[in-house]
Amino acid sequence: MVNPTFRITGLDAFYGNKHVLKNINIDILPNAVTALIGPSGCGKSTFIRSLNRINDLILTFRREGKVCYHNQDIYAKDVDVVELRRRVGMVFQKPNPFPKSIYDNIAYCLKVHGIKDKDKIDATVESSLKKAALWDEVKNSLRQNALTLSGGQQQRLCIARTLAVEPEVILFDEPCSSLDPISTAKIEELIHQLKQSYTLIIVTHNMQQAARVSDFAGFFLLGELIEFDKTDKIFTAPKDKRTEDYITGRFG
Amino acid sequence: MIKKKRKLLNLKETVIESLLFLCSFFSIFVTAGIVLVLLVESWGFFKEVSILNFLTDRQWTPLFINKHFGILPLLCGTFLTTFIAVLTAIPIGLISAIYLSEYASLRVRNTVKPFLEILAAVPTVVYGYFALLFITPLLRQVIPGISGFNALSSGIVMGIMIIPLVASLSEDAMHAVPMNLREGAYAVGSSRMQSALHVVFPAALSGITAAFILAVSRAIGETMIVAIAAGQQPKLTLNPLVPIETITAYIVQISLGDTPHGTLEYRTIFACGMTLFLLTFVLNIFSFKLKRRFQEVYE
Repeated sequence: MVNPTFRITGLDAFYGNKHVLKNINIDILPNAVTALIGPSGCGKSTFIRSLNRINDLILTFRREGKVCYHNQDIYAKDVDVVELRRRVGMVFQKPNPFPKSIYDNIAYCLKVHGIKDKDKIDATVESSLKKAALWDEVKNSLRQNALTLSGGQQQRLCIARTLAVEPEVILFDEPCSSLDPISTAKIEELIHQLKQSYTLIIVTHNMQQAARVSDFAGFFLLGELIEFDKTDKIFTAPKDKRTEDYITGRFG
Repeated sequence: MIKKKRKLLNLKETVIESLLFLCSFFSIFVTAGIVLVLLVESWGFFKEVSILNFLTDRQWTPLFINKHFGILPLLCGTFLTTFIAVLTAIPIGLISAIYLSEYASLRVRNTVKPFLEILAAVPTVVYGYFALLFITPLLRQVIPGISGFNALSSGIVMGIMIIPLVASLSEDAMHAVPMNLREGAYAVGSSRMQSALHVVFPAALSGITAAFILAVSRAIGETMIVAIAAGQQPKLTLNPLVPIETITAYIVQISLGDTPHGTLEYRTIFACGMTLFLLTFVLNIFSFKLKRRFQEVYE
């Protein structure tokens, strides 16, 4: 049995008095795509946002239980959050390139980690844009402001930016929800390729997308993890009635 | 019967509407009036002194026998105090803004911001005496040669006066930067300082520039502090340790002095007023445009 990248035990999360995650237990395996599905407001986003502690930015957020990354509790006092976030990258629902040039969007991420060598930066900009399947479209306009790109290109730039710092895990929080079908297909293709070298967790509202891209799937409902299994099992033979109802579109 | 009443009602509505109109346009009429007076009076001035002379002569001695009407020394005084003020206000104002927007807890922010605004409510005459009777003696401890009236102390105090303006406006601009940009910065492993300086600050730059320009225009127009603490000696110098005179201080000097109305000497203040008006007007328009551009980007 492979060692899980993340082992989450008894995770509860709150925004103020609102109880949004209830006793979540889950193992995330390396080099696989784990999809999290469920209706809006069921806690999927809160869940993945607690894996890189980006939820710390929300002042009312509080959690209980353990999130272990390679057997280390990421909420322990001595954890370097900056290093954690470098290793556990994140792509957000709405593309959020920095208001800088395409080149600087990626160069910034390297400079943050103390890389100043211009040749190294140039090489990483090119390689990460290639990995994110964006290089051919922007190689002649690297100095252009990133905000002039289309939504789909912006999202791929955000993926390139994440890849540039060489994370081990990438969290995708509904990465395609604001994109058109063609851009969506490109991102899905990308996720498929990235699986070879990264551990991916993706939150999605799109059931077909979950079925297409993931190896494991978890179904969330009202803050609880109802079922977690291999994706084909979840989609063909769900154990829980509620999972089946949701997948077949009877509610949600 | 019904018809008559309606007519009366209509009349009432019309009267109310015109009253409301007059009230809301009152300040515009007044501004137009002021500009008109400025134009007419400075026209009178420029009939006797050529604009070229006004803009290039290096001396300003309208009250002496040997009269010179060069605005440069007054402009120089104004720019010198403004420069010192901005040099004081921008770093402190920006650092406060970064702290309040990116570091401070909600409680600290909600406590500090009102205090900043109280600082803006101190009458400027108080700042003037503060400069003359506190800062100048204090500076004298460090720089023994400094004059009793000088550009440095009034500039510094003017800077202190505009810190709240810079801090508050820049904080607004930085606070308006969408959360998802910060999340993006943190998600690639930025520290707070890196996120604040390299992502939030550039994103808020046009708003911050607008704040900067407003601060400059406020400093250019500031009167009481420089009239009290900077001196009344129009001098074309960049030395901040000697007495100088700003445009505003000169206007105060003539307005309160015994220069007879209607004379050329008296008209100088309108030419000065016009210069000031044009300066701040252009700056304010510039800042307004920048602010609007900023709002368009993140809405």
